[in-house]
Amino acid sequence: MSDWTPSAHELERRELRRRQQLRTTLIATVVTAVVFGAVLAAILASPGWPSVHELFFNSHHAHDSFHAILKGFWINVKLFLLCEPCILVLGLAVALARNARSPWLTPLRILAVVYTDVLRGIPTILLVVLFAFGFPALKLQGIPNSLLFWAGVALVVSYGAYVAEVFRSGIDSIHPSQLNSASALGLSRAQAMRFVVVPQAVRRVVPPLLNDFVSLQKDTALVSSVGLFDALFSARDYGNFNFNYTPLVVVAGFFVVCTVPLARLCDWLQRRWMERERAGAL
Amino acid sequence: MTGPVTGSATGPVTSPAPVLEVSDLRKAYGDKVVLADIDLTVNRHDVVCLIGSSGSGKSTLLRCLNLLEQIDDGVVRFDGVEISDPRVDPREVRKRIGMVFQAFNLFPHLTVLDNCVLAPVRVHGVARPEAVARATELLSRFGLGDQVAKHPDRLSGGQQQRVALVRALCTQPELLLLDEITAALDPELVGDVLTIVRDLADAGTTMVLATHEMSFAREVATSVCFLDDGRILEQGPPAQLLVAPEQERTRQFLRRVLPPSG
Repeated sequence: MSDWTPSAHELERRELRRRQQLRTTLIATVVTAVVFGAVLAAILASPGWPSVHELFFNSHHAHDSFHAILKGFWINVKLFLLCEPCILVLGLAVALARNARSPWLTPLRILAVVYTDVLRGIPTILLVVLFAFGFPALKLQGIPNSLLFWAGVALVVSYGAYVAEVFRSGIDSIHPSQLNSASALGLSRAQAMRFVVVPQAVRRVVPPLLNDFVSLQKDTALVSSVGLFDALFSARDYGNFNFNYTPLVVVAGFFVVCTVPLARLCDWLQRRWMERERAGAL
Repeated sequence: MTGPVTGSATGPVTSPAPVLEVSDLRKAYGDKVVLADIDLTVNRHDVVCLIGSSGSGKSTLLRCLNLLEQIDDGVVRFDGVEISDPRVDPREVRKRIGMVFQAFNLFPHLTVLDNCVLAPVRVHGVARPEAVARATELLSRFGLGDQVAKHPDRLSGGQQQRVALVRALCTQPELLLLDEITAALDPELVGDVLTIVRDLADAGTTMVLATHEMSFAREVATSVCFLDDGRILEQGPPAQLLVAPEQERTRQFLRRVLPPSG
């Protein structure tokens, strides 16, 4: 766009920067290789490695159990995909209930507080067992009585409490001046929440929410505790029959393959927003 | 710390080189050139005012001077040493240059006093009691003696900006960069801050400041630079540049910012 060409001094400086960059990359590569190499060598040289290799990393058993695990993993995926939207809705609803100011909604507010306090205090695995065995026993009419359904409900209820707190902290982090200016425009408190506060809050809490997603993805394995043939239970079933732990490693592989992309997405989003905020502060 | 004392100084000028020497500086963000062909010399005890409309590059220039921005061409020398060299450790440079921002940028989780002693203690290795003594002395000199134990958000804008100035001064910088430090203040608070800057100038502190306060620039500056579209269009002593500028563009700008009676 102009007739500017870098001066000799600048070219020299660029060359210098390039060399510095090269040096940085070189250090990073060498350090990484050395550290991971050392760890790997330590494992492979340990006296018990041959038996661990046979028991946990047996390719024959990995191959044999793969199909059953894949079939079980479908349950995990299904659970995750069905539970997640429910959790988001429940979490947001509870967070809004806690922030409600109308006197009519006081019972709802108390309920929301008790819900988040109590449910976060109970281990998720316990909830899964209690729900999956307890609720079908009530013989309720009109709703499914399957183990899977109630295990899913347990996950929703447990994670809903965490997600509600995430949403609430997001809502609280929006500066009161936003509510003030919404009120000044004549919006009701509910409208201010709906059109001004919540949209900003949601954007702000996406990274911590994704963190809970990742966590939920692997916690779907908790349903194996009630005997559902998910990936983990299938693997344990195979392992107990064949006296080999390899299927468990295979399950771990399945979960990692699913959670890592989500975790990367998390990081990427967080970084992008941080950069945007920083540019604004400049 | 054995570094030279604040410009105030009484002592003889130690080095013949200008404090700051900028030549042919260029800075671009992608295709957008924000600074070009900048030449600027700042001698010891100089007060250089950068004026120009928003977006003319004043802030970016200041940020280039203490290496907060990487430049794309040209040379910046500080005390005779080229600091735009990639081998120079920016922290070593910033240790000797103080900067105050338009938005104060005080640390909200620290008290006023802790804001001021953070760098002397952690960066310069000054013993805490000594740093506290110096900070307290400066704070009370600037009328903030009662505020030392408060957190920044308890203070008014003018007080916060004075704290920010003290924070920058506590490390006894050889050069002070002030980036539109009164732009975010209520008009009635501007005076307090400018009085301090005037005192610093009188004491011989070397400063480069971006400002919109023309009358202040006229009073205090040893030299004024008019930036337009990333270039120094004109520079000279305030009596000349602010009263009888050579460039039509400068006259236009001054007509808009100066009160009609001039």
